[in-house]
Amino acid sequence: MKDVDWKPLALVPLLALLVFPFIGSGSTWLTLTVAGLAMGMIIFVIASGLTLVFGLMDVLNFGHGVFIALGAFVATSVLGSMGDYTSSQSLWQNMLAVVPAMVIAMLVTGAVGLAFERFIVRPVYGNHLKQILITMGGMIIGEELIKVIWGPLQIPLPLPEGMRGSLWLGDASIEKYRVIAFIVGSAVFGVLLWVLTRTKIGLLIRAGVQDREMVESLGYRIRLLFIGVFVVGSALAGLGGVMWGLYQQNVVPQMGAQVNVLIFIVLIIGGLGSTTGALIGALLVGLMANYTGFLVPKAALFSNIALMMAILLWRPQGVYALSK
Amino acid sequence: MNENLLTLKGVHTHIGAYHILHGVDLAVPRGQLTMLLGRNGAGKTTTLRTIMGLWRASQGSIEFNGWEITDMPTPQIASMNVAYVPENMGIFADLTVKENMLLAARWARTIKQVDEERLKWIFSLFPAVEKFWNHPAGKLSGGQKQMLAVSRAIVEPRELLIVDEPSKGLAPAIINNMIDAFAQLKASGVTILLVEQNINFAKRLGDTVAVMDNGVVVHAGSMKELAEDEALQQSLLGLAI
Repeated sequence: MKDVDWKPLALVPLLALLVFPFIGSGSTWLTLTVAGLAMGMIIFVIASGLTLVFGLMDVLNFGHGVFIALGAFVATSVLGSMGDYTSSQSLWQNMLAVVPAMVIAMLVTGAVGLAFERFIVRPVYGNHLKQILITMGGMIIGEELIKVIWGPLQIPLPLPEGMRGSLWLGDASIEKYRVIAFIVGSAVFGVLLWVLTRTKIGLLIRAGVQDREMVESLGYRIRLLFIGVFVVGSALAGLGGVMWGLYQQNVVPQMGAQVNVLIFIVLIIGGLGSTTGALIGALLVGLMANYTGFLVPKAALFSNIALMMAILLWRPQGVYALSK
Repeated sequence: MNENLLTLKGVHTHIGAYHILHGVDLAVPRGQLTMLLGRNGAGKTTTLRTIMGLWRASQGSIEFNGWEITDMPTPQIASMNVAYVPENMGIFADLTVKENMLLAARWARTIKQVDEERLKWIFSLFPAVEKFWNHPAGKLSGGQKQMLAVSRAIVEPRELLIVDEPSKGLAPAIINNMIDAFAQLKASGVTILLVEQNINFAKRLGDTVAVMDNGVVVHAGSMKELAEDEALQQSLLGLAI
């Protein structure tokens, strides 16, 4: 472990400790910190696939947001048809509805991701300007299709009964759903880390992010690997969309575009192509949004931009720049 | 069986608007070490990359072991037991030495599935690879990285080993070590195509030689003949070996 760069890992606790004196109350600080970490974990789930897509094939996918919205809307349909389970006070009964909603959302967004890669991304490999334009176009079309299927209006996505309410830690109120979101996000990170560091596929992805031409020279078809990563990334965005929708308790067709900005901030902070970097970036963004929302609400909008600028002044390639 | 493992006939390569190779004819005899010499910008690296399919030949044909590979994708060429060590070595800096080696062993999912005897042989050729086994490859010195790059290329038995300037930027002691390793590789029967600027390196290792200039092969023959003919060296390379 002596070769691990620990400095970026210290940023999250450092930020939390730095703001503590400004917040003053320990219980408020704890509530905000847990809320920030939960929000960060949801953003990480959404961003994790996108960072690998960029790192592996140098593809700028500005259409990633459509998978977030699609996942959330699929969840409204699935959860809407499982009222008996969502209205139960039992968390386990709720999970019988939420888990299938997440799985179905991932399957749908993964399948749409496969088509998105084939028809929208593949024709523009190697051309960033065209990638930006066509993937944004793809997102607009996706949003319109969502409006056709689910309508243009906001749809409520209430939390299942058993996931509502708070746990009390001393005087600090911690919403149950935030704890669940944190656990789900941690599990996704754990699985991703395991795949990336303990399997041959993961080794190929990490190598491909650094030098895809050399991976091909070793006899591997990186295009297939990329398609797989794109599909998994889309499915994770769908999962993140379900989590984000439940976090906001409503969904709108434009929600993907709204979250897109945060995702790109996360990727830039983390270092394009780095999964651990994306986690740190997401947690910092989540914490920053919650702290500034409480301390200086008017600064909340640009606080993450300021955070990104500060990180880039320290490490211009992001906290975990990959060797290319 | 054809005595040439690799044959290029009239190969042209364009990179963007630039016409780099102007009809390269090259034969790499089976089981021998062929040196590809030439001044900077003569087209040596482009020739290697065209063989590997990293750049497409716009005209001409490339035949490997009786198979037409001109239009094959790079992974398919590599899977025909062709290993390539590029000029920049292609080391995955963020992976450990072990992980770099595991990647090159295509059918192994873990390092335990890599041929242990072969690994021991590689360690005997390049002790640094064993010494820094669990270190990030990016932390190695230039010479150690080159050793890793060659080790990675031979982690599985290969028909053809293509290496671009293995002595570039290395200290003389490391170059001698590299020459010994290539001599052992040659003795093991593997066919090697080696681009080199270090004439001493070429003279000590080469069986056959091809000299390139302005995107074509201007001389092909035995390395021994070229090494003994000072006038030819002057005319082809602008220097005497």
